[in-house]
Amino acid sequence: MRALLGWLDDRTGYRGLLRKALVESIPGGAKWRYVWGSTLLFAIAVQFVTGLVLWAGYSPNANGAWESVYYIENNMAGGWMLRGIHHYMAHATMVLLVLHLMQVVVAGAYKAPREVNFWFGLALLHIVMGLSLTGYLLPWDEQGYWATKVATSIAAVTPVVGPALQKVLVGGAEYGHLTLTRFFALHAGVLPGALIALIAGHVFLFRRHGITTDAGSDAVGDEPARKRRDGMFWPDQALRDTVACLAVMAAVLFLVIRAGGAPLGAPADPSEPFPAARPEWYFMFLFQWLKYFPAGTEVIGAIVIPGIVVTLIALMPVAGRWRLGHRFNLGLMGAVLGGIVLLTWQAYTQDGADEEFVFAHNSAEAAAKRVAELAAGPDGIPPGGALTLLGADPLTQGPRLFADRCASCHTYDGHDGLGRPVTEPQTAADLKGFASREWLAGLLDPDRVATLEYFGGTEFAQGRMVRMVQRRVASYDADRREQLAKVVKALSAQAALSYQAALDEADRDDIAEGTALISSAPIRCTECHEFQGVVEEPWGPVLTGFGSREWLTAIIRDASHPSFYGDRNDRMPAFGPDEILSDVQIALLVDWLREEWEVGGG
Amino acid sequence: MSHPRLPAGEGTSDPSPPARRGFLAGIAAIAAAGVAFLAPVWSGIRVALDPLGRTRQDPDLVPVASLAALPADGVPRKFRILADKIDAWNTHVNVPVGAVYLRRTGDTIEALNVVCPHAGCFVNLAPDRSRFVCPCHKSSFSLDGAVNDPASPSPRDMDALDVEVRDGDQIWVRFRNFLPGRAEKLPVA
Repeated sequence: MRALLGWLDDRTGYRGLLRKALVESIPGGAKWRYVWGSTLLFAIAVQFVTGLVLWAGYSPNANGAWESVYYIENNMAGGWMLRGIHHYMAHATMVLLVLHLMQVVVAGAYKAPREVNFWFGLALLHIVMGLSLTGYLLPWDEQGYWATKVATSIAAVTPVVGPALQKVLVGGAEYGHLTLTRFFALHAGVLPGALIALIAGHVFLFRRHGITTDAGSDAVGDEPARKRRDGMFWPDQALRDTVACLAVMAAVLFLVIRAGGAPLGAPADPSEPFPAARPEWYFMFLFQWLKYFPAGTEVIGAIVIPGIVVTLIALMPVAGRWRLGHRFNLGLMGAVLGGIVLLTWQAYTQDGADEEFVFAHNSAEAAAKRVAELAAGPDGIPPGGALTLLGADPLTQGPRLFADRCASCHTYDGHDGLGRPVTEPQTAADLKGFASREWLAGLLDPDRVATLEYFGGTEFAQGRMVRMVQRRVASYDADRREQLAKVVKALSAQAALSYQAALDEADRDDIAEGTALISSAPIRCTECHEFQGVVEEPWGPVLTGFGSREWLTAIIRDASHPSFYGDRNDRMPAFGPDEILSDVQIALLVDWLREEWEVGGG
Repeated sequence: MSHPRLPAGEGTSDPSPPARRGFLAGIAAIAAAGVAFLAPVWSGIRVALDPLGRTRQDPDLVPVASLAALPADGVPRKFRILADKIDAWNTHVNVPVGAVYLRRTGDTIEALNVVCPHAGCFVNLAPDRSRFVCPCHKSSFSLDGAVNDPASPSPRDMDALDVEVRDGDQIWVRFRNFLPGRAEKLPVA
């Protein structure tokens, strides 16, 4: 072994290199506050390791990016942890960068002869921010998509070259395949390459100048003005550095395990609003900052002022020569960091107090959960991508369609379908559980039939049905009420609701009796309603198949059809013939109202 | 102890604070670094090796052609195999997953996977339809799939597949691929 290593050293000189790397004098001894640079190197190394493996599982295209990330996160052994580490280590890198920068400024390490290295560090800061920005888009989920759209739109306000710059970044006029291939090339190729080159320069220059010991002192390696015993990088400082790295990793792992991986929202949908779009927390200050720049002045907020701030920071070494320069620089750093903290705090408190945002945020989480459920379902993800799963899902689309098209008159369990309170006064029935036993029992309850839950807000409030219920049903004795209960069961069975299937099966005898009663005395619904071909004077909606898929589809298509309300129809639009809703949309609404959707695996 | 001059680390003397303490600190530093990298490296290896943990079940037979499409003349004909396919995150319904040569002689039907058992190329039927020839390394097989030339690099005969006639007129095949380059015929799992 020794001979082999000797041979290797003879051919490579590795021992000398190793000694050079490890034997570095630390004037004044090893210190915990010198660890930040090393923890950053560690964090970046972890990003390279995890990033390379993620790369091997990621597909940068608009129909496969979300899907491949979903696959890594949920299907690959250990994928959630790998992605979680990459995600939260990116956050940790941001924190470490700020700590490193603070340490450098406080120690005055930007002063001569270290100016160039300070600039290297600033360049590195920007590259890491670029990595964060580009990485955020890659999962192609709602968050990343909309937040990055904001960033590239801001790029377009750059004077002169803005629109061209945006087009080059995005790879065309619109977000698509090329946006992902380009962002991926930046994230996994260009920026890491630049990062390595700059880190090499940064570390080389750092080793050339040695560590900065005290604020304002110009002590370089050849100035033996030290009081305390000196230390060595190896092993004194190295131990502190690695312990700090371990602490960073422990913090990251804590976050990963607590969250069960990294977040993945629903796949990006350019056709749906996403009011919950926000950048990652470390860019929230910029997000908040832009709120203060009215139309026409964005360029000042997005480019000019940040440019001035970065220039001032870059000029710290120059300012530092001035007698009060160091204090000025400390003040500048304090002001910038304080401003960032303040803006971030404002952003979060404003969002927290904004009901719309909280609602949007919760809806986004629900959609993310739902799509994961569908993707894990028996049919998997079709080649068109996971977005098609949500598009064909009654549980997702039903409430949206209801809120858009139905909630101006109807409610659903008292809300607009999506869970928001209705803004306009309710004028038609609440459709939650439509045609279920409970719903029908309420309809036939003299105390409830004329409330807003049923006919209270419609022209039918004084109609035959309401009168019938309020007079005839109100006078029923116990026997009749029992018969009516059987009619309710029978009528509800017409809907063949899947969530009532067990009940329908159990009450077959009652249902048979009730079915007979629909068209015979003493209940006789067929006085006014057609049922299985029997009717005396057609007036109300047909009861054959009441609440079934076909029946609901037909009434939503055209409530003015003679089978339903005919020319007595109140305000219900003819959604089908007037092409307000497509057949597919009506089917989604119907399935949602009937609570029939894929329950999914996951 | 010498203080190295610029650039730092040029010194030749050993860093020698109390040697024993230094040694322990060095070991501790290496251990801490190793532990710090454990989670990312371990989860990276697991993800990279994830395919090893996935095994495919024996596929069902799929309908390939009608009996009428295959004359009983002993000449192989190529047919596409359409089947459902799970490709990582995507599920494809009824897409091409491979091809077979079907050959009917009298009442017997044989099915051969078109893939050469040598190195996985798509084997061709010779222009005179007397034998199969692999376009890559010139393995030669008779029409029943047996290696028919001792100079052929293929380690085994072409891979026969289970075949059934159902409902009197539909040819069904259990389409599978087998590991190339080996004398035994082992299904790709």
